Amino acid sequence: MTLSNPGLVEKRRGEIALQAKENGAGVLGVSGDWTLHSKAPGAAGMMSAIDAAESVRSLTFETSDLTMWDSTFVTAVLQVMEKAKVKGIEIDLGGLPSGAQRLVALASAVPERQGARRTTSRDGFLVAVGKGWLDFQKTSLATITFLGEATIALARFSVGRAKFRRVDFMIAIEACGPKALPIVTLISILIGLILAFVGAVQLRQFGAQIFVADLVAIAMAREMAAIMTGIIMAGRTGAAFAAQLGTMQVNEEIDAFRTLGFSPMEFLVLPRMLALIVMMPLLCIYANILGILGGAIVGVGMMGLTATEYYVQTINSVSLFDFAFGVFKGVIFGIVVALAGCLKGIQSGRSASAVGDAATSAVVMSIVLIIVLDGLFAVVTSILGI
Amino acid sequence: MTNITPPPRPHIEVTGLDLRYGDFVIQKNLTFTVGRGDVFIIMGGSGCGKSTVLKCLIGLKPPAKGRVQIGETDFWGAEQQQREAMMRGFGVLYQSGALWSSMTLAENVGLPLGEYSNLSPADIRELSAMKLSLVGLSGFEDYYPSEISGGMQKRAGIARAMALDPEILFFDEPSAGLDPISSKLLDDLILELRESLGTTIVIVTHELASIFSIGNNSVFLDPITKTMIAQGNPSELRDHSPNDGVREFLNRGKSHEDRSGPSSVSVKNAEAAT
Repeated sequence: MTLSNPGLVEKRRGEIALQAKENGAGVLGVSGDWTLHSKAPGAAGMMSAIDAAESVRSLTFETSDLTMWDSTFVTAVLQVMEKAKVKGIEIDLGGLPSGAQRLVALASAVPERQGARRTTSRDGFLVAVGKGWLDFQKTSLATITFLGEATIALARFSVGRAKFRRVDFMIAIEACGPKALPIVTLISILIGLILAFVGAVQLRQFGAQIFVADLVAIAMAREMAAIMTGIIMAGRTGAAFAAQLGTMQVNEEIDAFRTLGFSPMEFLVLPRMLALIVMMPLLCIYANILGILGGAIVGVGMMGLTATEYYVQTINSVSLFDFAFGVFKGVIFGIVVALAGCLKGIQSGRSASAVGDAATSAVVMSIVLIIVLDGLFAVVTSILGI
Repeated sequence: MTNITPPPRPHIEVTGLDLRYGDFVIQKNLTFTVGRGDVFIIMGGSGCGKSTVLKCLIGLKPPAKGRVQIGETDFWGAEQQQREAMMRGFGVLYQSGALWSSMTLAENVGLPLGEYSNLSPADIRELSAMKLSLVGLSGFEDYYPSEISGGMQKRAGIARAMALDPEILFFDEPSAGLDPISSKLLDDLILELRESLGTTIVIVTHELASIFSIGNNSVFLDPITKTMIAQGNPSELRDHSPNDGVREFLNRGKSHEDRSGPSSVSVKNAEAAT
């Protein structure tokens, strides 16, 4: 026999025996150890013993051989009591150890509150759709309100009336500027490399390797720099914003701002949004340069182009408009990331898992919006022919 | 003595207040008044909606129905701007302290001062240090909330609540999570504030020791019927309330020796056995 708890004395197995007498009185003899770690018949064992004896009308316990018991035993007794109530069997608990009697009394002292137990009913399809629609309406309304408030805060800032701490702004600048540089560096160089490789394979077939420079430059300037920094910031900064504000919500810090007449929108959202508005263009330009550098590594290092050739080709392929358009998109994506992060943070529930959910949904919302907006930009620019 | 002045208006008058989250009723039909300089206790069992009532009084949760009058003004009927101005006359100590975790204690206390006064930064610092010394936290000005103990956070929270010398101080479970000595000191501090500044104080608590030692008026909320079942001086309620539940609560459940209570066989057996 293997011991579940080596080092402890081997347990006596809990056992149960029901003696039914002529007059309908039953004696439930319980012996051995009834603990979490011993093998006892448990509630199920007691039940089946009672079920087996049909004639029993009243029940007493005989526990002189019960060596050890814990709350598993009490739980079994409680279940038996409930069952007995249903079957109309009278129970006398006098035979139980006095400690167990007290626990049973304690467990049944406060009657179950009416209506407190959750009934698990599954909604039908229509009910689920209806609830979903109502939820959607509610969150849309909250989102639109938030956007409106954010716009007002920006407007107040532009006329110099918004109140927030400059320190908060500087901290946000540091978090989404300098501290984001390493990962932006890595991702941008790799994106440049990958673009160049993909282009090289195709272009080499008709000897047009030089156009790798065009490909990398245009792709970085118009799309990849903005999208990739946007997504990096969503994962890095947007999640952080949501978690910070969510935790402040849990700690009632946001309530404290409200009651003292500070607008959380100006005090918390505005510095973060401004930081991203300031830093995103810089990060985009930086990502552009490094992406093109990555392309040059492949072009010069592996495809036999000279550095001058690559440089001249790059300069000639990208117009200032392409470049500026990419940076502009970057700013928009920055605003999206800041708003999504702050929105989810402020709407966060008041628990640890709610803060986690807030961070997750902030990232998901930012990335989806970034991609959708980028698609819109692509459609609009192609219709306008720019 | 012919010259009888009318009694001053109560500081807070609540009439027919209903509070709900969606369709879920928290409390209904609350009517009570808080006099100027009262230490008013909102009490009741856990989960009866005490904190929600407080949230309504401090302007964080609009009522579903009813009226809250502060001084001469209908609090929830007022324009948002006016309400915010009134809220500046409140000091609130939240259950968790709710100090702003990214600021030092001095900055926590000084932020409202900087916003709503024309003091110089040096004066603000002086004043914040003074408020912190009132709650026994001299020398901790440059600590962050995460660096001090829970009791100290509570006291720092009071210092911040007092920053603007409010007319009404609201406390949400001030002694929750404090040891008996700290919570006694906190009670003394609350009384001291009332005596020295004449501040009206509204406290949500179920700490009996505090209730009797500082409260002079109270309202008792019931979680089952979801309304108030008693109002008045807590000591009088303890001895003379017509409601069994209230007396039992205020006597730590001791007023019911004769309770016929939950009459299951097991309880009687257990009582017999013990």
